[in-house]
Amino acid sequence: MTYNHTTLNGKKIRLKKSDLQLPLLTWLREKQNLTGAKNGCGIGVCGACTVLLDGKPVRSCILKVERIIDKEVLTIEGLSGEEGKLHPLQQSFIDAGAIQCGFCTPGMVLTAHALLLQNPKPTREEIRKGLAGNLCRCTGYQQIIDAVELGSKHYRKNRGRK
Amino acid sequence: MKKLERGKEERRKAWRNDAYAKVTGKAKYTDDLKMAGMLHAIPVYTDVQHARILEIDTSRARNRAGVVAVITAADIPGEQKYGQIIRDYPILAGDRIRSYGDVVALVVARSREEAISAGKQISIRTKKLPPVLDPETALQPDSPLVHEEMESNLVNHHRIRKGDLKKGERDSDLIIEEFFETGRIEHSYLEPESSLCWQRPDGVMEVYGSMQHPFSTRRFVASTLGVPLSGVEVRSVPMGGGFGGKDDTAAIVSARAALAAKITGKPVKITYDREWSFRESYKRHPYKMQYRMGLKKSGKISFVECRIVADGGAYCSVTPWVTWRSTVQCCGPYSVPHVKCDTYGVYTNNVFTGAMRGFGSPQVCFSSEQLIEIAASSLGISEIEMRRINMLQQDAETITSQKLDTHKVSLEEVFDAVLNEIDYKAKRKKCSFGDGRMKEWYGIGLAISYRGMSLGAEGVDMNSAIINVQNDGSVLLETAIHENGQGAETAMIRLLAEKLGIKRERIRYRQPSTSNIPDGGTTVASRGTLMGGGAVVIAAEKLKNKIITTLAKVNQCSEKEIEFNGETIRVKEKSISFDEAVRTMFANQEYPYCFGVFQGPPVSWDEKSGRGNAYFTWVYGCQAVELKVIPATGKIVLLNMVAAHDVGKAVDIHMLMGQYYGGMTMGTGYALFEDWRPVKDSPYPLNFQHYRLPRSTDMPEMKGIIIENRDPLSPSGAKGIGEPTNELMAPAIANALYAATGKRFRKLPLKLNGKEKDDV
Repeated sequence: MTYNHTTLNGKKIRLKKSDLQLPLLTWLREKQNLTGAKNGCGIGVCGACTVLLDGKPVRSCILKVERIIDKEVLTIEGLSGEEGKLHPLQQSFIDAGAIQCGFCTPGMVLTAHALLLQNPKPTREEIRKGLAGNLCRCTGYQQIIDAVELGSKHYRKNRGRK
Repeated sequence: MKKLERGKEERRKAWRNDAYAKVTGKAKYTDDLKMAGMLHAIPVYTDVQHARILEIDTSRARNRAGVVAVITAADIPGEQKYGQIIRDYPILAGDRIRSYGDVVALVVARSREEAISAGKQISIRTKKLPPVLDPETALQPDSPLVHEEMESNLVNHHRIRKGDLKKGERDSDLIIEEFFETGRIEHSYLEPESSLCWQRPDGVMEVYGSMQHPFSTRRFVASTLGVPLSGVEVRSVPMGGGFGGKDDTAAIVSARAALAAKITGKPVKITYDREWSFRESYKRHPYKMQYRMGLKKSGKISFVECRIVADGGAYCSVTPWVTWRSTVQCCGPYSVPHVKCDTYGVYTNNVFTGAMRGFGSPQVCFSSEQLIEIAASSLGISEIEMRRINMLQQDAETITSQKLDTHKVSLEEVFDAVLNEIDYKAKRKKCSFGDGRMKEWYGIGLAISYRGMSLGAEGVDMNSAIINVQNDGSVLLETAIHENGQGAETAMIRLLAEKLGIKRERIRYRQPSTSNIPDGGTTVASRGTLMGGGAVVIAAEKLKNKIITTLAKVNQCSEKEIEFNGETIRVKEKSISFDEAVRTMFANQEYPYCFGVFQGPPVSWDEKSGRGNAYFTWVYGCQAVELKVIPATGKIVLLNMVAAHDVGKAVDIHMLMGQYYGGMTMGTGYALFEDWRPVKDSPYPLNFQHYRLPRSTDMPEMKGIIIENRDPLSPSGAKGIGEPTNELMAPAIANALYAATGKRFRKLPLKLNGKEKDDV
C-alpha cells in the first residue's frame, strides 16, 4: 500500500485517506491543531485562511487536502524560527503598528511573504496589488503596507540565498 | 521638559502587548479553543420574514447521528426575551418570526457537521403575515405591527425645540430644503461570532466569547438561564474586531451556547459562519433625513428644521441611544439659534439595527456637511468661509444649549490643519465641476464634525481599574475596558507606566473577568481610553500616595521628604528602587494594591425640550479627500486623504494612526461600496461576494494629523478616537464628488452611472 505525503511547515507527514476530501483549513485547524489560519468567510474571498502552497498563497478554506499531496505547505506557525523567534517580516508588522484585531494578520503576513519572495523590492502600489485579496476591516491597510515595505529589506539582503 | 520628550519618544515606539501572539498565529480566539467532551451547536432559521409559528417539528433532527439535543424556546429556563433597553429580542423565537435573522432552534451535536446536517431536518410550519419593511409605512396607523403587543411600531421619538422656528423663518433671506438617505451597513468584523460555554462544577456558567461588552453578555446569559449575575462568569479572549457590532448579537450567541451547555451538561461551542453572521447580526441604521435650513445673506444659519427616520428593524437593541446621538448632533458643528428636530426610531421586519462605529453620527454628518456646502453655493459664499461663519467657537452654545466652556473648542484648529496640509485652497481651484471638455474630472472635498464623547446622557458612565503590585515588583493591571483589537490593553499599560514612571515591562494586563472587576459598561462610544484610562490614572495616583504614606511612616519623615519618580524613589537623602518600595509595603502589612474609579462628570438631558449638557466633553475633527472621476464610466479613483483630530492626548502614535486609517477606510466603504440589501436569489447578502468591503487597492495614501488639547475633565487628558475617524469620509467624498462632477449625491452609497457628463 502506498501512502500520500505532504510537507507541512518543513516536516514530511503522511496523509490519512479519510482526510483527503476535507477542506485544508479544517484539516489544519482540527487535525493538525494549527489554528493560525482563520475562517473569515469560508468561500475564499477574505483571505484570512491564506497559507502558502509551494510558496504561493492559497485559500485553505476552499482547497481540499488532496491538493497538498507531495507539496509544501507553509502556515503562519511555520514562519517563525526556532523557539518562537520572529521572522523579520513578522517583526516589521509589529514595528509598523500593522496589527489590530489580528484576525487577518496570519493571512496578510503569509501573502506578503510570498510577494516579497517573488519581488523583494515592490513599490507601494505593487504591495497594494499583492494584498488586494486579503481583507482587513481594522487598519485601512496603510500600516500593513508600511510593514511590507519595511520588511522587504530583509528579502533584498537575502536574495540568492535559500 | 526632558521627561515629557522621553514620554513622547515612548509613545512613538510601536509596541503592543498582544502583537507577538497575533503575528505568530498563536493568539487563541474563541473558535481556536477546545474543551474535553465539547459539543457543537448551530442556529436554525426559517425562510420567512414575518409569520406566526404554528409548529416546530424537531423529531427527525433528534434522531440524526451525533445529535445530542434540539433546543427550542420552550426549553429556556429563564426569560425567553431580553434586550439592553426593551426586552423584545427572543433568544429563540417561540411563537412569531419577525425577521430573517430570527432563530427558532438550536441543534447540538458531537460535531459541527452533524449539527448542520441535522438542522436541515427541522421543519417549521408557519402562517405568513404581511411584513412591513419601510419605516415610513411602519409609522402609518394602519401598518401591521412588528410586535403585536405594542401599540405602534414607534421605538422612540427624540426632539429638540430650541428658540423659535417662526422667528428663524422670518429672519431668513433664503430657505433650502434637502433630503438625504443612508444605507444599511454590516460591521464585517473578520471574525464571525463565536462562543464557548461550560458549566463549572461550582455551578457557575463560564463564557468565553468574541464580544466587546462582557457585562452585557453576562446579563443576556443570566436572564436566559434564570440565574443571578454572580452565576455567570464571562472571560475575555482575543476577538477579531467589533466596531460596535459585538454587543447584542455576540451576547445572544453566548446566551444560546450557555443554554445548550446547561441543557446538555457539556461544554458547547457555537461558531457562526459568515452567512449566519450576515443574516442575523444587527446593522447600522439606514436613515431618511429631511432638512430645512434658513440662511441670512451674510451666511449665518438662522434655523434648522429636520425630520429623521431610522429603520430599527425587528428589535429595539440600542435604537433609542443611536437616534439620540443623531438628534444631539443633527446640525453639525455649527451655531444655530432656532432648531426643531424630530427623530424617530421605528420597528420594521428588516434585520435589526444597533450600535456601529459612529453610533448615529455617520448618517447626520453625511447630511449636515453637504447641507452647509449646498447653503454656501446657494449664497455664493465659499464652502470654507461658510463653515468659518457658522462653526462653534470657544464657549459657544450647542443646539441643546450646552455651553462648550470646559475644554478647548478646537474646530478651527483641526480645520486649518487639514486645509494647510492638503493645500485645499489651491487645489479647489483645479476642480472640474463636470467640465464637459475634460476626460477626467478632479475634485477635492472635506467635512468637519464635533462629537460628544463617551455615553453622555444615554446612561450611567463610570469605569474602574485595579492595580495589583506583586511582591517582586511586577504589576498586574486590569480595567473594565475590553480589548476589541484597537489596543485598549496596550493603552492602559502605557498610561500606567507613564503615570507611575515605571517601565512598561513591569506591567502585565490581566484580561478581566466579569466576576473580578465591577461592571464598567461597554467598550464602545470611543470611551475606552477616556473612561478606562481615567480609572487607571486615578488608581495610579492612589497607589503612589499609598506608597509615599507608607515610606514616610516607616522612615519617620514627612511625606514631603519623599520624591516619587517611579523606578527610583527618593526617601530623604537616599534613593530606593520601586522593588524596594514594594518590599517595604509588604513588610509593613500594606498591599500595593489600588482600586480606582473614574466617574464621568455630570451630564443632563430633558427629553421634552431636547435641552441639556448632553456630553461632558467633545472632540473635533476634519477629513479631506482628493479624487478623480472618469466621466465615461463613472469610475471613482481616490487620490489622497488627510485627517486631523483633537484627541486630547496621544497615548500611542501607531495605534492612533491605526484608528485614523481604519476609520477613514471604513468611511470610504460607507461612501462608495457598502450596502446590505437583497441580492439575486437571496433577500440578504450571503457573504463578502455580495457585500464589498474596501480593499488595499481602493485606498489612497492617507495622512493623519494629531491635535492635542488635553481635556481638563479627563484624568489622563486623553479623549477618544475610534468613532470620530469614521463619520467624516462619506460627506468628504460626497463633497469632493460635487467638486469633480458639479452634481450633488444625496444617497449612500454614492453611485455614478457614467451619465453624469450628459446631465451637467
